[in-house]
Amino acid sequence: MLNSIKLYFRFLEISLRGQMQYRASFIMQIIGQFFMTFIEFVAIWSLFQRFGSIKGWTLVEVAFFYGLVNVSFALSEVLSRGFDTFAGMVKSGDFDRLLLRPRSTVLQIAGKEFHMRRFGRVLQGAIILVWASIVLNINWTVDKIILVLFSILAGICIFFGLIVLQATLSFWTIESLEIMNTLTYGGAETSHYPLNIYRKWFRRFFTYIIPIAFVNYFPVLVIIGKPDPLGTPSWLGWISPIVGFVFLVVTFRIWNIGVRHYKSTGS
Amino acid sequence: MSYIIVENLVKHFRIAKRKPGLLGAFKGVVHRKFKIIKALDEISFSIEPGELVGFIGPNGAGKSTTVKILAGILIPNSGRCVVMGRIPWKERVANVRNIGVVFGQRTQLWWDLPVIESFELLKEIYRIPNTVYKNNTEELITLLNLMEILNTPVRQLSLGQRMRCDLVASLLHSPSLLFLDEPTIGLDAVSKLAVRDFIERMNKEQGTTIILATHDMDDIETLCKRIILINHGKILHDGPLEKLRVAMSDERQLIVDMIMENYEIDDPDAKVVRRNGHRVYLRFNPNKVSTAELIKRITERHPIRDLFVENPPIEEIIAKVYLEQDKL
Repeated sequence: MLNSIKLYFRFLEISLRGQMQYRASFIMQIIGQFFMTFIEFVAIWSLFQRFGSIKGWTLVEVAFFYGLVNVSFALSEVLSRGFDTFAGMVKSGDFDRLLLRPRSTVLQIAGKEFHMRRFGRVLQGAIILVWASIVLNINWTVDKIILVLFSILAGICIFFGLIVLQATLSFWTIESLEIMNTLTYGGAETSHYPLNIYRKWFRRFFTYIIPIAFVNYFPVLVIIGKPDPLGTPSWLGWISPIVGFVFLVVTFRIWNIGVRHYKSTGS
Repeated sequence: MSYIIVENLVKHFRIAKRKPGLLGAFKGVVHRKFKIIKALDEISFSIEPGELVGFIGPNGAGKSTTVKILAGILIPNSGRCVVMGRIPWKERVANVRNIGVVFGQRTQLWWDLPVIESFELLKEIYRIPNTVYKNNTEELITLLNLMEILNTPVRQLSLGQRMRCDLVASLLHSPSLLFLDEPTIGLDAVSKLAVRDFIERMNKEQGTTIILATHDMDDIETLCKRIILINHGKILHDGPLEKLRVAMSDERQLIVDMIMENYEIDDPDAKVVRRNGHRVYLRFNPNKVSTAELIKRITERHPIRDLFVENPPIEEIIAKVYLEQDKL
């Protein structure tokens, strides 16, 4: 285990060194990401300018949901780039080489690329999260700090798991992976707003099928100290992020089934 | 027990049939038809420790599929396959710890890293102990003469240099079994010889069991005592090269250089197959007429400058085997 972590960091170092070769472009891309996502937030802000509040939620409260999910989602993108581009590896047959090495495929793919550019979005999410928590005047007790970190980690797990699922699909088909983007990006966008503003079937989907509600909606309610308009008990928010870790474990299981279906290429 | 046991191994691939045109592409999304391709059709063989076996066969014959199953990359549809006491795809990690694989067409080194750093990364990946790594790198680097290119990024290497580095990379963890898939493809004559010489040394001196899949008949002729010939997923021949030659062709070739150009040779036991300036190529059956007898007759009757006898080229024999199978 320790040895695997060491190897993972060696991989990251190599990936970073590669990206640093084009330093100027690299920095520009981080800044670009930062502003691009900022414009996204401006859209939300202007929405509230027009309507004041949405189903009883203020802009700052929504900003907390938004910031938290963006930090998780962007960090998951930083870490999961290898899986995101995995279809190409299947197509080229490069996956063969990974199977020839006495290491887990997950470790080798995750270590393939560290997507530093996405840090622009992480930064933007973090700034909005901090701003929202200041304006909301959140009383940061130790348990709440632990809960927020726990939720971010669990959120990374869910988005990472979704990208692993997308990669797993490429063992069966190289085409039509776009549908998975509706789950990853769609899931992240959905969680920019509190869950209760959506219709029932939609809420159910993001609670029971893709359990993003457990790492965003429920814990955020606890942190900002608001009772759930949907009536769930508040203790749920304290333990719900654990679902994120379970989700990731399940996706790795599915991944292993996919590996057994790998067909390799011709030569 | 044998090192590698393969019994009645079957591997099918399901390939989506595509209809031509845009409409066909749309139809393909909704309703797909599949074609089953038998990549391996009940093949069986076994390999003992220390053997150097040549795998030959045309493209798509099943060579790579066999190697990939032995390496644990692919799972067969049926049949048994045991490599060093393990079922490769069930114990992939344990299995690949003891094998090295070189794909001639594809490098296993990191494109942007200097050669030596790729080696160091492999040391981490395979958890090679320091002393083993030190001994192996020193020995292999000297043997393949890589000293000057160790700090060159892989993308700047020539094909021959890259192949030598790939050979080292596949042997750093002292595997007892080595798969080489076309290791001499695209190499110049000098590099080819260096690679061949190295393969032979690894087999003889280290006792490494080697499976060599190749199209290069010179590789086979110089290196392999035993060949396994595969076509259409079936084994057509398994044994010494000589045996294949005898089985497929009892003909010999007599090449005669005449003093005059376009000279006619007429002999009841020999047939002219080709003519090239002063040179005449004759085929004869040594069971009907002894080589000495024929040479004597021809030198007595015709003004010749030089002559030599050889076996028909191996390519020809193999082409003949393929053809016979296709007829069946």
